[in-house]
Amino acid sequence: MTEISYRDAMGAAIREAMIADPRVFLMGEDVGHYGGCYAVSKGLLEEFGPERIRDTPLSESAFTGAGIGAALGGMRPIVELMTCNFSLLALDQIMNNAATLRHMSGGQFNVPLVIRMATGGGRQLAAQHSHSLEGWYAHIPGIRVLAPATVEDARGMLGKALDDPDPVLIFENALLYNQTAEIVEPVSVDIDHAAVRREANHVSLITYGGSLGKTMEAAGKLEKDGIEAEVIDLRVLRPLDEATILKSVAKTRRAVVIDEGWRSGGIAGEIIARIVEGAFWELDAPPARVCSAEVPIPYARHLELAALPSIERIVSAARAVMGR
Amino acid sequence: MAATEKVHLDRTHSLHLLKQMIRIRRFEEKCGELYQQEKIRGFLHLYVGEEAVAVGIMQALQPDDAVVATYREHGHALMHGVSANTIMAEMYGKQEGCSRGRGGSMHLFDAATRFYGGNAIVGGGLPIALGLALADKMQGKSRVTVCFFGEGAVAEGEFHETLNLAALWQVPLLFVCENNLYAMGTALKLSESQTDIHLKAASYNLPSEAVDGMNVVDVEGAARHATAAIHSGGGPYFLECRTYRFRAHSMYDPQLYREKAEVEAWTEKCPIKRFDDWALAAGLIHDTDIVNLEAEVAVEVEAAISFAEAGTLEPVEQLLQHVGAELRI
Repeated sequence: MTEISYRDAMGAAIREAMIADPRVFLMGEDVGHYGGCYAVSKGLLEEFGPERIRDTPLSESAFTGAGIGAALGGMRPIVELMTCNFSLLALDQIMNNAATLRHMSGGQFNVPLVIRMATGGGRQLAAQHSHSLEGWYAHIPGIRVLAPATVEDARGMLGKALDDPDPVLIFENALLYNQTAEIVEPVSVDIDHAAVRREANHVSLITYGGSLGKTMEAAGKLEKDGIEAEVIDLRVLRPLDEATILKSVAKTRRAVVIDEGWRSGGIAGEIIARIVEGAFWELDAPPARVCSAEVPIPYARHLELAALPSIERIVSAARAVMGR
Repeated sequence: MAATEKVHLDRTHSLHLLKQMIRIRRFEEKCGELYQQEKIRGFLHLYVGEEAVAVGIMQALQPDDAVVATYREHGHALMHGVSANTIMAEMYGKQEGCSRGRGGSMHLFDAATRFYGGNAIVGGGLPIALGLALADKMQGKSRVTVCFFGEGAVAEGEFHETLNLAALWQVPLLFVCENNLYAMGTALKLSESQTDIHLKAASYNLPSEAVDGMNVVDVEGAARHATAAIHSGGGPYFLECRTYRFRAHSMYDPQLYREKAEVEAWTEKCPIKRFDDWALAAGLIHDTDIVNLEAEVAVEVEAAISFAEAGTLEPVEQLLQHVGAELRI
């Protein structure tokens, strides 16, 4: 058992992949000399050199596209986009090339590329650094979308993502970087399944990423009121592990989805649609969701907190579906 | 005037250049007819008038060099060794097509010849070409990646980002700007403050030259010089080939944005006629050669149509294939 932070777990995963496979390299803004904007890649430049820990200019589209090209050319690139808001500058490459090349070429070309980025609010960074766009990306066929919520997943998911012959996007909620946990090396995780983080019978709380901690705390509060909440950590937003969701809801008969994305057109709505399609007759109450308020994330602390899913809102939504 | 390698123009090579240009011309003309007959659908962009660029550049490539092209790429695919049969079948939407019918005219792909599309987002292919060249450099492979794009791409941010990175990282990448003066219907002079495009490239610190894109020999010479420079470790190279598209942008284009006189003036510079006349006058080829070449090409084009007509439709049950390595929803 070693105690390690989410940040260092991610860094260790990159280092391990670089040692194991000479085709792996990391590229992005400030990944080298600066050490990574969240210090994930600190020390790697010294160890692996500037060819493999490759600083880029602020050219998200070009270096993401270069990652696609390098993947086509036999490398295993990890592209780091500082935050998901910045990833929009590379959206053309992600959407029109990474996600489509295998299909457009009739299966001839695959893109084994991993793209990492920070996501989420809660740091008073306002409306251009705080959004949660992973649900958007989960709309796109041809890519896999991961949301590691635990230190163990931060340590284990990257290696699995690099083994995937197709593009994988990893969304790291920036509030998690300082979280620490004891993990047993080597970690063994998959990138296919959701995880049941708390088993119970009364209601299924379905979440991912930065909202997992809040949801676990909410479950603790609910328990004191006699409500036993099961907590599902989706881990993979595309493809969705529908079986785990439906199995849980079939047992609890009630569901609340917690998602830091906006409600309209979001992944929470997709999950509820799947529940309604697949478990309608098992339900004892309409499913509910706790999402971010439909507003660009504001700067002022009290307003930002009001915009993001909170433990109180999760508790209250769970009570409502329980009829209490 | 571009720096060039001398092109050795004997009879064999002259016939080869001429035949390759005629292959593209006749193939494209037939595509236009097949579009009118509704055999080909979607968007169709013809390369008629610009043949000297693809033909000239491709003379300088080795078989394992990579090509990234645009949505006006039938000629490039043909020149890089993709068969006319599979290109035509692709446009017919048949599973025998070079992209199994998933791509169509704008998305021709061929792994065997390292033909990486067929990109229909203007400028979108440049970063991919950068990455392919970077992969070669990192793996110590002595290969060149050639990236074709139109002058319209010069207005995109990706053009500037990619040129900067290619020069900064010194990757083996040949940029070929096919400047046909119109980004769809918008004239270069209406969209760029600096219309001398090779100067923009030069500002990123890479060797950059303008070439007469209507002269296949000039293009070949410039391409040979550029690829030699790239192979000698000189990093990327940029060629602006000045050319003109004789046909409409696509089959939907009434061409309201340019004068007939301008089209006629450029048609006089037809790269095939020009080379043809020169080679005849130089005594390198004879009238009978042209007749023979035309006959050979007609056979190839007809065979491609027969192949496409005889092709089969992919079963609808396979719709969800080729999205990822595994079938997943």
